[in-house]
Amino acid sequence: MHFSGFKIIKEALTGHKGWKPTWRTPDPKTEYDIVIVGGGGHGLATAHYLAKVHGITNVAVLEKGWLGSGNIGRNTTIVRSNYLLPGNEPFYEWSMKLWEGLEQDLNYNAMMSQRGILNLCHSDAQRDAFARRGNAMIMAGADAVLLDETGVRDMCPYLDFDNARFPIRGGLLQPRAGTARHDAVAWGYARGADSRGVDIIQICEVTGFQIEKGVCKGVETSRGRIGAKKVAVCVAGSSSRVMEQAGMRLPIESHVLQAFVSEGLKPVLPGVITFGAGHFYISQSDKGGLVFGGDIDGYNTYAQRGNLPVVEDVCEGGMAIMPMIGRARMLRMWGGVMDMSMDGSPFIDKTPIEGLYFNGGWCYGGFKATPASGWCYAHLLATDQPHPVATEYRLDRFRRGRMIDERGAGAQPNLH
Amino acid sequence: MIIHHPLLGPRDAAEFYVLGDAALIDRPDGQAEDAAERFYGYLYLRDNPAGEHRELWYHEQGDRSWLVVTRDTLTHEIKKVELARDVALQKGRGQ
Amino acid sequence: MTQVFRIEGGLINRAKPLSFQFNGRAMQGYEGDTLASALLANGQRLVGRSFKYHRPRGIFTAGSEEPNALVQLREGAFQEPNTRATVAELFDGLTARSQNHRGSLEFDLMAVNDLLSPFLTAGFYYKTFMWPKAFWETLYEPVIRAAAGLGRLSMEEDPDKYDKGFLHCDLLVIGAGPAGLSAALLAGRSGARVILADEDFRMGGRLNAETLAIGDQTGADWAASTVAELAAMANVSLMPRTTVYGAYDHGIYGALERRTDHLAHSNGKPRQVLWRIYSKRTVLCAGATERPIAFGNNDRPGVMLAGAVRAYVNRYGAAPGKRVAVFTNNDDGWRTAHDLAAKGIAVAAVIDVREKAGVTAPNGVESFLGCRVVDIKGRKGIKSVILSNGQAILTDCLAVSGGWNPNVHLTCHQRGKPVWREELNAFVPGRDLPVGMVVAGAAKGEMTLGAALKDGADQAAEVLTALGRSVPAGDRPTAEDEPSTGTAFWYVKESSKRAWLDLQNDVTVKDVKLSQQEGFRSVEHLKRYTTLGMATDQGKTANIPALAVMADCTGKTIPETGTTIFRPPYTPVPIGALGGRARGRNFRPTRLTTSHQWAQDQGAVFVEVGPWLRAQWYPKEGETHWRDSVDREVKGTRRSVGICDVTTLGKIDVQGRDAAEFLNRVYANGFAKLAVGRVRYGLMLREDGMVMDDGTTARLGECHYVMTTTTANAVNVFRHLEFCRQCLWPGMDVHIISATEQFAQYAVAGPNARNVLQKIVDPEFDLSNEGFPFMACGEVTVCGGTQARLFRISFSGELAYEVAVPARYGDAMIRALMQAGAEYDAVPYGTEALSVMRIEKGHPVGNELTGQTTARDLGMARMVSKKKDCIGNVLSERDGLNDEDGLALVGFKPVDRSRSLKAGAHFVAKGKPVTTENDEGWMSSVAYSPELGHAIGLGFIRRGAERHGEIVVAADLLRGELTEVEITSAHFIDPEGERLRG
Repeated sequence: MHFSGFKIIKEALTGHKGWKPTWRTPDPKTEYDIVIVGGGGHGLATAHYLAKVHGITNVAVLEKGWLGSGNIGRNTTIVRSNYLLPGNEPFYEWSMKLWEGLEQDLNYNAMMSQRGILNLCHSDAQRDAFARRGNAMIMAGADAVLLDETGVRDMCPYLDFDNARFPIRGGLLQPRAGTARHDAVAWGYARGADSRGVDIIQICEVTGFQIEKGVCKGVETSRGRIGAKKVAVCVAGSSSRVMEQAGMRLPIESHVLQAFVSEGLKPVLPGVITFGAGHFYISQSDKGGLVFGGDIDGYNTYAQRGNLPVVEDVCEGGMAIMPMIGRARMLRMWGGVMDMSMDGSPFIDKTPIEGLYFNGGWCYGGFKATPASGWCYAHLLATDQPHPVATEYRLDRFRRGRMIDERGAGAQPNLH
Repeated sequence: MIIHHPLLGPRDAAEFYVLGDAALIDRPDGQAEDAAERFYGYLYLRDNPAGEHRELWYHEQGDRSWLVVTRDTLTHEIKKVELARDVALQKGRGQ
Repeated sequence: MTQVFRIEGGLINRAKPLSFQFNGRAMQGYEGDTLASALLANGQRLVGRSFKYHRPRGIFTAGSEEPNALVQLREGAFQEPNTRATVAELFDGLTARSQNHRGSLEFDLMAVNDLLSPFLTAGFYYKTFMWPKAFWETLYEPVIRAAAGLGRLSMEEDPDKYDKGFLHCDLLVIGAGPAGLSAALLAGRSGARVILADEDFRMGGRLNAETLAIGDQTGADWAASTVAELAAMANVSLMPRTTVYGAYDHGIYGALERRTDHLAHSNGKPRQVLWRIYSKRTVLCAGATERPIAFGNNDRPGVMLAGAVRAYVNRYGAAPGKRVAVFTNNDDGWRTAHDLAAKGIAVAAVIDVREKAGVTAPNGVESFLGCRVVDIKGRKGIKSVILSNGQAILTDCLAVSGGWNPNVHLTCHQRGKPVWREELNAFVPGRDLPVGMVVAGAAKGEMTLGAALKDGADQAAEVLTALGRSVPAGDRPTAEDEPSTGTAFWYVKESSKRAWLDLQNDVTVKDVKLSQQEGFRSVEHLKRYTTLGMATDQGKTANIPALAVMADCTGKTIPETGTTIFRPPYTPVPIGALGGRARGRNFRPTRLTTSHQWAQDQGAVFVEVGPWLRAQWYPKEGETHWRDSVDREVKGTRRSVGICDVTTLGKIDVQGRDAAEFLNRVYANGFAKLAVGRVRYGLMLREDGMVMDDGTTARLGECHYVMTTTTANAVNVFRHLEFCRQCLWPGMDVHIISATEQFAQYAVAGPNARNVLQKIVDPEFDLSNEGFPFMACGEVTVCGGTQARLFRISFSGELAYEVAVPARYGDAMIRALMQAGAEYDAVPYGTEALSVMRIEKGHPVGNELTGQTTARDLGMARMVSKKKDCIGNVLSERDGLNDEDGLALVGFKPVDRSRSLKAGAHFVAKGKPVTTENDEGWMSSVAYSPELGHAIGLGFIRRGAERHGEIVVAADLLRGELTEVEITSAHFIDPEGERLRG
């Protein structure tokens, strides 16, 4: 079914009787070419691009809950490609380009809104680091603008310029960055994959892998055994739990990142703003809620909820930088389980087990990566070769000393 | 969260710095033949269990003790708190 | 307008009339009113517009669950969007305005959306606005954004103050209704430390809204006398106006106390206080929330929950209408009719969906059994209701009761799942409660007054026993059980008109059905697709009826359909309160050195360095640009002598028999053989082989060392050392303590440094080059006997010393040094001059030590010992850290010496496009060298060490500069180090 304004008008005039389910609810077949474990954004995007780009449609996506119920449904919706390192920036810029054509590709309005991201800096050293990053971005084909204090003041006059503990010295702006409607991304990819024949199987938990002589032949699930020529895992915060069933230990820890939304307000913020001297970032949704967050809580957890010290720390950052939001009320706080890797960068790779592939370690940056992650994972699954923009995302990079450590924080996941 | 410090009693978790898996106590011998591989596993690979997890917390805003906290990563229930030094000594770590 | 709807009785203080304004109209109310009750008393029934269709809306509830009556309260910078009129206490001079309309509240231009509603169904925006592509951001989205949102921020800084605090108790009782009061009373009498918190300004909960009796008292009187008894107990803290908004780990609760929201001005007092309550046990007595029944046009002003009608009539003495009809599926509805009749308000009819009811209507009131309301006539206020039997009933207010939902929210904040109780047609708390929590009263499903009172005391008794306290004997409050049966009835199927579920977000029964039709069948899909329950009320009145509709569509039961996750906060919390006092200059503490005042007296310009403020430069009269000052400071130091406050460097005292071996393991280079009285540069690695920090360590005695760290890493390094000491090598005899704040330290640098110090250090100490050579250290006395430490180390590359004195002498020391230096024209220099001189000498700092840098990158590979086991040396040998083609720190000079350099520029070969593929490295630090007379830079470039003399391009695309630079040694000045040894 093609979506358009005309279709809506037609349905409105005929009582909306013609709308069909956005995806089917098929029973699993006994065997697929590729089984994707995890029906979140990355898994669904992988399925979509496998079908659309590579023509591989004998594919199942297995999801233990309902599709899009993981981090794709609980993030702060920021899309950007303002990375520093050559192992990352081309990948995220490719993702950005896919975002820019996503709605037309999916025929689904994911409300990608390029209103920019502004990273504030508060010292000369921070400005120099932003300059290094901004130049790296432009060199990779992305866009970046270095603002001085006046430039920031013109853009966001309501920030605290005059009484700040850490005065605002400038910022790095990526005008093409922005936000997207997170759930719609999952639904759009699901619809795209489903319409090409991919089976999306919800409430189907993988409980084990069928591995014979070092070759993965399928998965055990809560709905029985499902055979597969290739099994592709992308389960974010559950990575360690799932891969343990294949006997693998990963360079990943699971942590909680909290996020927050305020009551609806008339528009106040242009795009995304991040505070360089505290832990705070914020944007405003189309619906009017201020969507904001900060650091992870720091302890390992699978509980999808956090604690008060971080909540208060985030709001302190918010009040320090934009004290006009003091009378806005926080409406809801929630947590997502992040697959924090040892250098803050992800993996899209084969595993030592033939036929078993792994995608994970997205930390709290997985949402913006969704299109390119799906694209590159599909490429790897279809061709058994890493995609050119994802060649560094290898599981053995720590053994080889090829870390992609944007923050320079070292092998401590809660610092990334 | 509240951590029952073995020396100081119940303390708010916000007083602590959390490092992660207590297996970081088990630093391999740097002079061993296979030191490179052992250090790779030591520093980079994690069990990351959903359930009981032994982890290192540092009482930075307090007495500077490193603690081994046994905590459930599903419920956050804390079952045991020990001085990391005692744990390390029990494991045979000395000089 | 006078208070034409004001009736007799109630708990308002008629001796204290209050004036207020709504949309500019002057009105009157009384102390004890909420804004909502005062508006009703004044006959103001239209109070707002809905989110999507801009439908006229009235007051729907009498509590914090209100979806409709949101107003913008106060003015100017105090303006407060989305305040629920139902919980806003009236004060004299209150001003409120309605929200979310273009034009007036009565004639909202955006109401056209309602006419377009067939096109604006759930999720319509996912299916359109895609063509042409460019129109999304330029046209569609701005229109949507402008239409969305509710209230408006003032865009001014919040002028109020907020405080934070911590409370501890044996027992936290959440909610001061019958169960909560009963629980608190028993616990209070036992002597336990009790906190009783309630969101209302008047404790008593539903007792204040109902006409039920406890013993021979009215409920409200019993509540008041119980509160008085509790208030007299020293072990009980009463916290009215306090919402416990979240349940966190290990018995910690978040609570918001509203201190001045009920006053006209905060007068400098904190507006609100955010509490963290640490409780041993908690009794949740959060009560229950009434739910509506969905039917055609059920969102019209005048439709109100039946319990709210009783609250307005009984508690506030305000009549929601002159002729009220009741629509119910349970016995409560009938009680509403009796309460109204008792107040002399006409009751138009009681309509019950049940064929039989065990209760009767007041005399003369018509009742319709087995009947339903299908539609409402009247746009901005009800005129009549249409029944399923076709009959129209003239009425101006419809009290609706669909039964009650226990407020299970806090029981679910730790991912607990509520369970369905068939006989109540409601979810009640499940078994997996937060640790230490029990639930009592209506929150648990004990829906009658008698049961709630008993359960409150019973639960409290159990908790007291668990805490090892004896349960006090004596009378416990009792009451009759009022009739409370009901039936499961959620929405009127024969209504052909739209029937609202989520009033604020405009989600109707049809939307839920469409969601189901389109495959969004899980509760979370339903919520996200339709926005059900995502409004400011979090669906408190909407979610369960919507679940029932979904269950109906799918043929499943409600528990099979499930519920969405309850998340904190219970009601919205201002961001200002969560931020507290940590804003403006108090966002984080500021650390000052002990000679800060002296620097301030010199007119220093300060800069934030981590938590510290440091002097950046010291401007002199006539200097118009910072460079003038910095150049002068550098020249003065290199020519004669300069003095710099280096107190902020981390200082760690290391002592013990194994201190030498300890240092030998935490530093990559050898430390085992450092002699007493000598200093050594130390390179510290992380275990992954990257450089963590660098600094000098001095051996002051056989078992005594003092280590310095960079300012930025002082805390990290100390923590790391404690980790090594306690976790890795617990058997070592080594002890460390941070001495950063115990010593003030000054660098004295330049050819005349020794001459200056000889005037400061007491004469018995030999400072000659032979007696105290480069890298010597020792404990000395200065200024006639003051203990000090002297280090002959140099960051500037000049003959230099650092002298450390106990921090209390810092101010005196800098003054003494400056005085001693006067004859040599000593200059104080700040961090900028320090930086220029270190760049001239090629010393790496934070710009270079990014955590991504190896010893090899810095040209220090040979310092990493392979012969010992030290932190980081094993993994530093990995291939990726030893790339032939790897980066190396070198110096750069512009080929055209008149040009400046930019940090952050990337290097590419001449003639190559500036792209990622051709990226060879980056410029990390730049400065103008007054000695060389041109710009210099430090940076990392591939194979840098072998490329001295080569010319590459430093590309700064951000600022549009491509500069040809020559690769040089990083040691621009005195590469042989003759000065510092002189």
